[in-house]
Amino acid sequence: MTVSDIVALLEADVLAGRAELEREVPSAGGCDIISDLLFFGKPGMLLLTGLTQLSVVRTAHLMDIAAIVFVRGKSPDPRAVELAESLGLPLLVSPHSLYECCGRLYARGLPGVVTSTRRLKAECA
Amino acid sequence: MTLRSFSHSYPVLGGAYYLAGRAASDAKRRLGEQEAPAEFARRIAIATYEAEMNICIHAISGEVVIVMEGERVDVVANDRGPGIADIGLALTPGYSTASEKARTMGFGAGLGFANMQRCADRFQVSSQVGIGTRVEMTFLPRPEENPGGAAPCS
Repeated sequence: MTVSDIVALLEADVLAGRAELEREVPSAGGCDIISDLLFFGKPGMLLLTGLTQLSVVRTAHLMDIAAIVFVRGKSPDPRAVELAESLGLPLLVSPHSLYECCGRLYARGLPGVVTSTRRLKAECA
Repeated sequence: MTLRSFSHSYPVLGGAYYLAGRAASDAKRRLGEQEAPAEFARRIAIATYEAEMNICIHAISGEVVIVMEGERVDVVANDRGPGIADIGLALTPGYSTASEKARTMGFGAGLGFANMQRCADRFQVSSQVGIGTRVEMTFLPRPEENPGGAAPCS
């Protein structure tokens, strides 16, 4: 699934990174805790979030995240948009809720990044 | 991969959330320019960012020093702050003393040290209560991190 497909599925507006919309996205995660994202995030993933501050874009870039969707029509900090544009990181805004956005993507076959915390615990043990 | 010799100290100010991440961003950019393996650069960026955030959340001020040499990257985070009374407890995943403010910003879930340990090839934390905390990390390319190759997606 490409970022462009995600724009259509989530009826999203594109705020930054228009040149990168054909990027392939292998997985996705919904997350409002940056600490969790730093721990569970995977390179190339799509991030769906309700957090709108600058640190979200900075974290996404450090983690090689492919694109960010801000849910429920939330407007990101203008500095976040500026930074994303300079990094070529697509920022999307969907009018739908986090649950609805995740559901639409999952139903189309886009898998999540964390399969099970039980498996993770086993790996860390 | 042979990294150009580099050493720099980045100041980190307690409470300045919008500034934290500069050391991590700079390290990632430098490693990217030198075509270091993507997953190697990613591990260093994540662990450095966690260290910067810890200073930002818990300390008054501090600095993150990054040293690159050959195939090795060292990151040392040193702060002036409350220190950690029980390091064993602080290393427990999920344990956190972060403020409500930090949590509102999406930080302070108690996974920082666990993440640094996982990303680094050598990790050490030492602290003096009432004085400060020092985190030392060393990173070396791992066999599965192919030079110039794309980061694996699992």
